This record gives sequence, structure tokens and C-alpha cells, in this order.
Amino acid sequence: MRLAALLLLVLAAGCEREARQFQVPPAQAKSLKPGYANNERNAYAMSQGKTLFRWFNCNGCHAGGGGGMGPPLMSDAWRYGNTPDDIYKSIMDGRPNGMPSFRGRIAEEQAWQLVAYVRSMSGYARQDAAPGRADALYPGDPENRRDTRN
Amino acid sequence: MLDAAGPQAARVLDLWWLTLAICLLVFFGVLLFCGLALWRAPKTQGPAAPDLASLSMAERGPRAAVAVAVAASTGLLFVLIIASFVADRALANMGPPDLKIELTGHRWWWEARYDASDPSKTFATANELHIPVGRTVLLELKADDVIHSFWVPNLAGKKDLIPGRTATLSLRADRAGTYRGQCAEFCGVQHAKMALLVTAMPQDEYDKWAAAQRESAPEPADKQQARGLELFVNGTCAMCHAIQGTPAHGRRAPDLTHLASRRTLAAGTLPNTRGHLAGWILDPQGIKPGVNMPANPMPPEDLDALLAYLEALK
Amino acid sequence: MNPLLEKTWSDPPGVSGFFSAIDHKTIGLRYLVTAFGFFVAAGLLAALMRMQLSRPENTLVGPDLYNQLFTMHGTTMMFLFAVPVMQGMAIYLLPLMLGSRSVAFPRMTAFSYWIYLFGGLMLYVAFFLNIGPDAGWFSYVPLAGPEYSPGKRVDFWAQTITFSELSGLLAAVTVIATVLKLRAPGMTLARMPLFVWAMLVTAFMILFAMPAVMLASTALILDRLVGTHFYNPAEGGDAVLWQHLFWFFGHPEVYFIFIPGLAFMSTIIPTFSRRPMFGYPAMVLALIATAFLAFGLWVHHMFAAHLPELGKSFFTAASMLIAIPTAIQIFCWIATMWKGRLWLATPMLFSLAFFFVLVAGGLTGIMVASVPLDFQLHDTYFVVAHLHYVLIGGAVFPLFGAWYYWWPKFTGRMLSERLGKWQFWLFFIGFEVAFYPMHHLGLQGMPRRVYTYPADLGWDGLNMLSSLGAVVIASSMLLFVANCMLSLRRAAPCPENPWGAGTLEWATASPPRAYNFDAIPIVRARDPLWEASREPPSEPDHVVGLAEKVREALVTTAVEAMPDHRATFPNPSVWPFISAVAVTVLFVGSIFTPWAVVWASLPVAIAVTLWFWPRHKETVEHLAIEKRP
Repeated sequence: MRLAALLLLVLAAGCEREARQFQVPPAQAKSLKPGYANNERNAYAMSQGKTLFRWFNCNGCHAGGGGGMGPPLMSDAWRYGNTPDDIYKSIMDGRPNGMPSFRGRIAEEQAWQLVAYVRSMSGYARQDAAPGRADALYPGDPENRRDTRN
Repeated sequence: MLDAAGPQAARVLDLWWLTLAICLLVFFGVLLFCGLALWRAPKTQGPAAPDLASLSMAERGPRAAVAVAVAASTGLLFVLIIASFVADRALANMGPPDLKIELTGHRWWWEARYDASDPSKTFATANELHIPVGRTVLLELKADDVIHSFWVPNLAGKKDLIPGRTATLSLRADRAGTYRGQCAEFCGVQHAKMALLVTAMPQDEYDKWAAAQRESAPEPADKQQARGLELFVNGTCAMCHAIQGTPAHGRRAPDLTHLASRRTLAAGTLPNTRGHLAGWILDPQGIKPGVNMPANPMPPEDLDALLAYLEALK
Repeated sequence: MNPLLEKTWSDPPGVSGFFSAIDHKTIGLRYLVTAFGFFVAAGLLAALMRMQLSRPENTLVGPDLYNQLFTMHGTTMMFLFAVPVMQGMAIYLLPLMLGSRSVAFPRMTAFSYWIYLFGGLMLYVAFFLNIGPDAGWFSYVPLAGPEYSPGKRVDFWAQTITFSELSGLLAAVTVIATVLKLRAPGMTLARMPLFVWAMLVTAFMILFAMPAVMLASTALILDRLVGTHFYNPAEGGDAVLWQHLFWFFGHPEVYFIFIPGLAFMSTIIPTFSRRPMFGYPAMVLALIATAFLAFGLWVHHMFAAHLPELGKSFFTAASMLIAIPTAIQIFCWIATMWKGRLWLATPMLFSLAFFFVLVAGGLTGIMVASVPLDFQLHDTYFVVAHLHYVLIGGAVFPLFGAWYYWWPKFTGRMLSERLGKWQFWLFFIGFEVAFYPMHHLGLQGMPRRVYTYPADLGWDGLNMLSSLGAVVIASSMLLFVANCMLSLRRAAPCPENPWGAGTLEWATASPPRAYNFDAIPIVRARDPLWEASREPPSEPDHVVGLAEKVREALVTTAVEAMPDHRATFPNPSVWPFISAVAVTVLFVGSIFTPWAVVWASLPVAIAVTLWFWPRHKETVEHLAIEKRP
């Protein structure tokens, strides 16, 4: 009985990780907040987040997570909180000292994908769903090798 | 492939006819002899006693026949091998290029940069190539993400665009017209909708077209278009798209400076009409699920303004 | 019937017997049934694909699911059906054709079956959980790499490769050892049936080719799981490296499927022409030449990639020249039929389809072998047509012929000739209707691996026609299943040698006893049963003196098949099954964490050690029958 339950959990995990939600159904479009909890277990969402991190030039201030003009995103120190809501607020509303507001410039579901990716940079995402290495110059361990304990 | 509009495709087509002729000859030859064997050999309905005469006696006749057949097949094969080599060499000898276009494959659109080496003449466009008739065009093929393949069957064979490498393909259109191409290397969820159009036009028309492409986008003509531009630059569009002459300089999506001059949208997926453009902007995932452009819900007045501006980008 | 031999050589009954069975006939049948199951599964996937493509802009199946469908279809057919079914035929038939009681490594053969089964099951469980691979059966990087294939889908694909390659390699080792060392005395290499030659050649090819894809898929898993850079151009890796490694395996792989098809042809045609094969030496040399040449063709899958033209030309020449050994075989078969007395039963009909379908496919292969033509035809439906013509014409049609031919041996009953002929014609017509139009679609510009196509390009009609052909093929398969079930339930038992064939397997009971032969025969000619009908044997015609209470078999020399020594064979054992489970845990675990390789090695080591640990009782028995000089 326990084995069956365990098996079901493992199987269900696979479903969450592998879903590719291309279209955001209208009902959810109002607020994607419920979506974020799944994003950190969804490989596609975090992979998109990683791509958007590069495309929207987050690297310009945050580099590959190590920081530069902006604070590092890979470390344990979080100025404005590390919960998904905090990070979403950072992206959408901006923060003092130079983080611009991206509300209206980045679609909500894209922002939630970025939130999940940023958290995966510190190892908060589930390891089997976190992104692997990019086809790019090596910046350090890929996100699926990072652990919050490290 | 069977309608060749340029020398590359024509060479391949010539080789095709020769190969087809020889292969049909061999095919029907084999069928003929097989059929003859079936027809003339005596039949039996059960396990008749086996004929073991061949174990002690050499079968001269069949041996000679098989030898002749093998020799003939080998000869025909060599004809084909040599024909293939000759055609291959001809494809490689297109001569120096008159026009260079840098084509970069993205998931799931084509980025074209003309005359990239000359800053005073270069311009960028997407998904639709225009080339002068009768001139050799050299395409420099790069890929931004995964392997794609450029293929316009009326003009030439295909060439893969491989990340980390620059391939080249020379082609020439000898006949004016618009030719459809499509990505021919599986590149993910929207590989099926990554088409492109190549329009060949007389040299003077091409020069006029290129000059128009080099122009920046016109200023908005009225308040509605101005509102449209404002929405474009301050909204999600400018994060990925570029319109030369405005603050929008995104390079992650097709350059829209002359969007209204294109025949299709979304890499050959939709005709470029107001209705289709509206549908694409509002919900690209409904048309090309998995594409990197998010949905952009907006009130109708804003949509009208944006469309008014985009339609002016000729 | 020899009760003592039967007791010695049979597997134990019941549930524990199911897991500890090592009789090569049991394992062979398991391979065949499992492979047929995967064939049906892959066929259903193809049916779904054809339904989606029957109309332009169809919305039956979305792009994500479609990509999974064609990846699963290709992976299943190539790795889980085509190669294992041929290996299953070899494992079942080789000892019978060679006059032996067993394959060389029966427990390893059982292990290879379990690994194959578990790998296939793993892939399908993943598919039903939405973790089915979606990057194509060839899984090109960078698309299949960590950046563009998020999640574990491609990792499951890569481990399916690991499972199926391990299984294939071990089965190949068994085949080689069996053919070279377990032949009946007197069956020199020059007297071996062509079936045996073909399976031997295939097994050698497998040994040389499969490591390439194991290496490639392992490097892919490492890139994805651990962050290595094998295929990362930015850090010195290369996307084209994958293509080279994959196709160095991938091209010989189609010959692993095709050459056993030739084996079936070379068995069925002589039997149904009532005469020995014409040109036996030429046929053997043609098989060997095909195998060697097959390793020199792989770049023809990469003609559109960024490679030097002169190098590609070499592969054009090789790809065209490999037609010559196959042509030799075709002409020899025609010569055999020309001078024979033809019995057009169902196995023969299926073999005759080869001349139509495979020859057409081979000729379209000559077309795509040319670099300029391939520039237009590569990655289009023309190639889809070509590959199905050669694989179905060259392997699947002969395979069905072989099933009809050996079914009486497997089961002791005949399949219905009437249903067989119906099945044949439905399959043949359905195949032509489904796949011939694809040549034209490719010429008109339709690329491969597309989940839909625009409505205004004129591709609609041919696509619909092709989809209708798929329906006809499906109906022919239903007929085949019906034929099998009717035969098992209602047909009368058949004689030992219903086809009057000449090879040794027909000298056993139908189905054969656990011990195969009452006495190991001594072979003096090709087609020993026909030879026996011509000349009664004068000298001793069978081997005496082998123990009957212990599994003892005669090992002979590799070329001349002179008796070499007596070997004792292992008893049934559950450890191959347990080891396979342990290896499965290791492989599946390593999809998720590299530490699985470390921790899961322990149970594997323990299981394999216990597998090989000598059993005291067996050692006593073997020592008792040793004869000191």
C-alpha cells in the first residue's frame, strides 16, 4: 500500500515536471499567482525563465547570477526577500538603487517563469526540474547541480 | 524540386531525371526477370522432392546470367556515381557572389541581414528574402539556438544551419517570382511552421526595395499611430522586437521596421492582413503553440492604435 | 522422446520457473512476442500520426504530442522491435539449425531479454506520464541538449538506448559464440545455412557499431545531468559530433535489421523452390561485403550538414556500391527460382514482395546516396518513403514470411494459408497506398517531422491517401493476430517438417523438446535433411556418449567443426532476472542523479556475484562426469 502511494507520488511528480503550458487559459490570466508554485517543479517554465533572463539582459546587471552592478542572485543574502512573491514584486515594481520596473513590459507568465528561474539559481528548485547547462560559455555549475545546502 | 527556377535546382533536376531513368530501368528489369522466373518455373502444391542436381553439376547458364547482371548493374552504378560527382562540382562553382545575406535561424523564424559587412548599406529583415533575378546570392548560414535547415526547393538544395558554425549556400534565381521555403531540420515544437518566402525581382526593382528597407520607420502620421508607437515602445513588444528609428531595439524577435511590406506573418504561417495581425498579437499561442511570443491582451482601442501604427510600416 | 534428457534440459514449471527460465526457445519466443507487442504499439502511434496528417491544419494532435509520437514511433520500431525481433529469431533458431542443445550463454541470453523488456517498459511508462522523448529517434543536439529539451524526456530516451544496446550487445555475443563453437560435428563454415551466416555477420556488426551510440547517449546524459560540454560549441564541443557518433551506429543499425531479412529470404526461397540455393559462396561473400561496406556509409545521413564536399563524395560512392552485394543476392535468388519448382505458399509470397518493395527502396536509396539529389530530398517525405520501403520490404515482409514458415516449428500447428494470403495482399496493397505517395510529397517539398501543413500547397490529397493506406495496413495486422489465435486454438497438430525443408531444425519435434535433438547429428552437407533423403548415411550419423543426467553439450572447433571438448551448461537460475532488476534500478536512477551509479552498483555487484558463484551440487555433478585421460 505504501509502495503504491510512493509510486504514485513519483509518477505525479513526473507529470508536473514535464507539462508544457504554452497557452495561458483565460481564467488564469487574471492572476498567475497560483501558477508559480508549479513553476519550480516545471522544467519547461524554468528553462523559459533561463532563456528570458538572457534575452531581457538581466545579465547586464546581475551577470550569470554572481552580480555586478546589481546584487548577486545566487547567494543566500536577499535584500528584498526570496519568496516567489518577493521576487515577482522586484521584477514588476522595481526596487531602489537601480532595479527597473518591468510591469507592462514583461508578460505576467514570463515574469513568473523568471521568478522560478531566479530561485533555481540558488538551488531552491527541485533538482530534476531545474535547468541544465546552457549552450554557452561556462559560468559555473548548472542550476540542476546547485543545492540550497551548498 | 521539379520546378527549377535557378541553376542550382536545375542541375539537381537534370541529375534527377537521369537517375530516375536508370533506376526505373533496373526496377522493371528485376521485376521482369523475377516475373519470368515465376511464370516459367513449374509449380507444385506441396513439398515435392528437392532437386539436388546442382550439388554435383555446375550451372553454367545461370552463372553467366548472374555475372552479366552484376556487371551491368555495376556499370550503371558507376554512371550514376560519376554523374553525381559532376553535378556536385557544378553546384560548387557558382562564381563570386553579387549579394551577400547573413541568414540566422532562430526557433522558429529567419533573421536576414543584408550586406552585413558594409555599415552604410546593411539592413535587417525577417522571414522573407528579396533577391535580384540573375545575380548570384551568397547566403551565410548561422544558427542561434538549435540546428535548422534552409531549403527553398525551387532554387537550391538545402543546407543546415548549425550553432557554432557558419555554412554558406550560393544560389541564383533565373526567373522572377515568389518561392516558398521551409525549415528542413527538426528544430522543436514549431518546426512545421517555420517557412520563408524568397521573392526574385529584376535588379532595378530590387534596388528600389533595398533602398526602402534601409529607411527607418516613418514618423507616426496621426494621434492614433502615435499612441500605437507608444504602446509598442513602452509595452512588451520592444523587449524583443526592433523598429529602426524608434527606441525599440530588441533583437530576440523579427525586425518589424517594414512589417507592412511583407506578405506573411509568423514565418510564413499567416497572410499579412489586419485581422490576422490582430489575432497574432493577441494570442500567438493559439496559432503557433510553443512560440516564444507571449499573449498580449489589450483593450480594443489600444489594439486599433497599435495596428494602425504597424500597418504604416511599409 | 527421451524423458531423462527432457528432465535435464527443461526449465522448472510455475512462477519461479517463469523467472528462472533459460531455455533458448523460451527466451526466443519471449523476444518475439515482446517485439511484436512493441510493433503493434509503434503501429498505433503511427496510425495517430497519419490521422493528424490526413488533413491540413488538423487539430487532432498538438505539436508537443506529435513530436512525442514520431519520436516514440521511431525509437520503438528501431530499438524495441526491429533489432530484438531478429535477435529473437536467431536465439530460437540457431541451436536448432546448428544441431545444438543450447545457445552458448543461456543465462546471459535470459538477462539480455529482461534488460530489453525493462528498457522498453521504462520508455512506455515515461511516455504515458508525459515524459516521452520528443526530440526525434535520432535526438540531434543541441535540440536534445540541456538548454532546448528541458525536463527528463530526452534522458529517458538516452537510457532506453543504454538498455537496448546492452541487451543487443549481449545477444550478439551469444550468437557469435553459439555459431562459432556449438555447431554439430561436420558442419564446417562452408556447410552452414545462409541464415546462420547472416546472423553471424549481423552479430559482428552489432559488436562494432553499438558502442558508438552508447558513447554518444552517455555523453548526452552527462551533458544534461552533470553539465559536461561534449556538445556545447561555446566551450569546445561540437553539435556535429553527435551526428557522427549516432550515424556511425545508425547506418549499420539498419543493416542489423536488413541482413536478418536476407537470412529469411535465403531460407524460404530455396525451400519453396525445392532446390538448394544458387551461388552459395557468392551469397556468403555478399553478406560479408555488405557488413563491411555498411560501416563506410554513415555520412550520407549528414550531407546537408557543414562538411567538406570531397569527403561527402566518398560516402556517395560507398553508399552506391553497397548496392552491388545486395544485387548479387537478388540475382542469385532469381536464379534459384528460375531453376526450381515453385510452391507459392504464404511464406514464399511474403518473400516475393521483397523483390518489388525492397528493390524500389534500394533504388530510391541510390537516389538519395547522391549528394546533389540528397540536398533536395534529405529530410523530406521522400526519405520517409525510402526508409519504409527498405525496412518494410527488406525486413518486415521477409519477417512475416519467416513467421508463417517457422510457426509450425514454434507451435506445432500451421497458420491458415487462406488468411495468410489475405493478410499478405492487404498488407502489400496497404503498404503501397500508404507509402508510395510519400515519394511525391517529398518531391513537392513536404519536409519531415511536421505536425501539420498548410492547406494551399496541394499536399492534401496525397496525405489523405497515405492515411487511408495506414488503415489498410492496420487491418492486415488484425488479420494476422486472428490467424495466430485461430491456429493456436483450432488448428490440427502438424508434422515435423511440413514444408519439406532441408535444414536441421526440421529434424526436431514441432515444437521441439527442451533438449532439441534426441541425438546430436553429424553433418556432411549443406541442407542435411535433403542430403539424407538422397543418400542414406553410411558412417555414424549422430554423436554418442554425452551425459544425460547433466546438461552436457559438445563444443566444436570454429572453422571445421571438429569435436573439441565437452562442456557443461548452467541450470536455470533466477539471478539473471534479479541482476536485470538491479541494473534497471541503476540505469533509471542515473537519469535523476549521478549518485545512482555509485549506490546502485552495489546491488548489481551482489546479484552478479551470486549469479556466477559456483553451486556445490553442480560442481559435484560436473566433477563426477569428468573423464580423466
